Amino acid sequence: MYVYDAFDRKLVTERVNDFRDQVARRLSGELTEEEFKPLRLMNGVYLQLHAYMLRIAIPYGTLSSLQLRQLARVARKYDRGYGHFTTRQNIQFHWIKLAELPDAMAELASVGMHGMQTSGNNVRNITTDQWAGVAPDEIADPRIWAELIRQHVTLHPEFSFMPRKFKIAVGASHHDRAALRIHDLALRLHRNAAGETGFEVMVGGGLGRTPYLALTIKPFLPTRDVLSYVEAVLRTYNQFGRRDNIWKARIKILVHDLGAETFAKEVDTEWQSIKDGALALDRAVVTEIAGRFRYPAYEKLDDSPKELAQARHDDRRFDAWVKNCVTNHKVPGYAIVTLSLKPEGGTPGDATAAQMDEIAGLADRYSFGEIRVGHEQNLVLPHIAQRDLPALWRALDAIGLALPNVNSITDIISCPGLDYCSLANARSIPIAQEITRRFRDLDTQRELGRLHINISGCINACGHHHVGHIGILGVEKNGEEFYQITLGGKADENATLGTLIGPAVPFAQVADVVEDIAAAYLALRQRPDELFIDTVKRTGIEPFRERVYAAR
Amino acid sequence: MPLVENGQVVPDRYVYVGEDEPIPDRVPVIVPAKRFLDNADALIGRDGSLGVAWPNDRRVAELAPWLGHLALVALQFPKFRDGRAYSQARLLRETYGFGGTLRATGDVLRDQFQFLVRAGFNSFEVRKPADAGVFAEAVRRYSVFYQASADGSVPAQRRRLQRTAAGDP
Repeated sequence: MYVYDAFDRKLVTERVNDFRDQVARRLSGELTEEEFKPLRLMNGVYLQLHAYMLRIAIPYGTLSSLQLRQLARVARKYDRGYGHFTTRQNIQFHWIKLAELPDAMAELASVGMHGMQTSGNNVRNITTDQWAGVAPDEIADPRIWAELIRQHVTLHPEFSFMPRKFKIAVGASHHDRAALRIHDLALRLHRNAAGETGFEVMVGGGLGRTPYLALTIKPFLPTRDVLSYVEAVLRTYNQFGRRDNIWKARIKILVHDLGAETFAKEVDTEWQSIKDGALALDRAVVTEIAGRFRYPAYEKLDDSPKELAQARHDDRRFDAWVKNCVTNHKVPGYAIVTLSLKPEGGTPGDATAAQMDEIAGLADRYSFGEIRVGHEQNLVLPHIAQRDLPALWRALDAIGLALPNVNSITDIISCPGLDYCSLANARSIPIAQEITRRFRDLDTQRELGRLHINISGCINACGHHHVGHIGILGVEKNGEEFYQITLGGKADENATLGTLIGPAVPFAQVADVVEDIAAAYLALRQRPDELFIDTVKRTGIEPFRERVYAAR
Repeated sequence: MPLVENGQVVPDRYVYVGEDEPIPDRVPVIVPAKRFLDNADALIGRDGSLGVAWPNDRRVAELAPWLGHLALVALQFPKFRDGRAYSQARLLRETYGFGGTLRATGDVLRDQFQFLVRAGFNSFEVRKPADAGVFAEAVRRYSVFYQASADGSVPAQRRRLQRTAAGDP
């Protein structure tokens, strides 16, 4: 956990007071909606189809049980008893009244939470690996760097009115669990040949109307220079990013128009003039921030305790859950547990206030009071003693949170779509719900193996459809909802954009198409362990296209 | 449009002159960028304070050779969402060491004041009179900052280290 100190708390409180004043001026008419809009957006407040929506940052995906309980309280008191975890380590409440927003924010501020820069044309919540600090394959905890950058860009005097939003992700493992290459700016901590740690800097990724994967502009940036280099990138973007056309305003367009090399040169010139100034990080600063991340007092335990093996032997359902939801931890005797928020017929990423309270209780009992949120819209209990797994499973199973469908075809990433969002062209949630019904059988899910479906209700791509193994994009044709299907996308260390397989299909046929694609995969794969994504890579989309459109 | 300097509404000493208007003697003037660059030598030799209105889509590096002769640079916010001039302001102050008056013009509103001050502006053509009246209050909204900036605020990180060095918890 990162522990807020008096400075952090004061700033969040001042932010609430600032927003309270802005809301009062809006309600009195002193501010026009046009003037108020960017101000509310800077605080994570959107105006949606039915109500105001409040988006709360969960920096680097780490939550305390206290914070999760407070989210539950806000869900009950100000919303309709649930919240929606997003693909960017945020939570959204969709039914909040404008006049009550400042009070809801004040309640969140009391546990160090806020909606600062969760929308608007500024640097958004910095995201990272939801297994940061516990993943066996990381070289250091990326959250320390994410927090340093978070602080630096919060209410930044220069970068609060940029051409467009700016998303930063930080990773520190070989396996990319933070979807680095789809970010405006991504930093991957790694070691060079001399054994020093530094960042690979990637810029210009992003999905939406013009999808691009980020390009590496600096293979190795010493860690002391990370703030000055981020500053140089932001300054270059703030001055030269397009502002004449909202669809061309993201940094990806600037990077690709200039060419990565020219862009990198521009950044480098700026960076040279500031790198040895106030932003050069000294060890004391990094140590101070690192010192405020508290790690659990782990017990000395052995891996694979007897009681775990016995329980797996005794109960097939428990064993299936362990295989699917439990991952190696870097400390012996511990495990990382993923809680699927993708029940059959549910809304991907939704959790009720009751579930949040239950999970907070289980985190206190078994996970040192800590919870994580991942971009796949699932939750994680990051520090579970392996001997506690049977008891934890029974508790989770009782509240419907022990679903062994993580990374399966029903573990769908989806935006809220036209059910909530004023930008959407089509519904996303009912598509996801229907797919989870069609593939409800766990044996079928296991047979299909790892298979990611991503659904976006419009071209803004909040559901990251371009990087889904199967991507589904809602479009509008003559007033009706149609869906384009892409195959072969992925967001990991080998990130790839999916390929469109053919004409869009109507709402009622989407689940049928997914069934056709799944059947085609089972027929095409060379071995049972050839993953869907590998089959698509080997065969290309043609055999899938044939199968889908033969009968349509 | 009220002008705010040093936290107060003040009369504007400067006169804006267009591309072709005659430039009055011994009166502080603000001239457009192109006119300035085309006649820089003559203008800096003239008697009277000189200011330049600089557009937000032109590199301030072009102004660098003349900054020692300029009393004022007016930067522009065509819409308050268009924040290019924040970068220009910091470059002028921090990279090029401009010590004169840095004026914010255009769509300058209350909720930007503290950002503007922290970016290095010290003169503000405020669009709404009501906003000008609460300037001093609006720039005190935040007392904690994560960045060092032109208003002299000490970033939280340095304050933390000072506190640690002093032995406070």
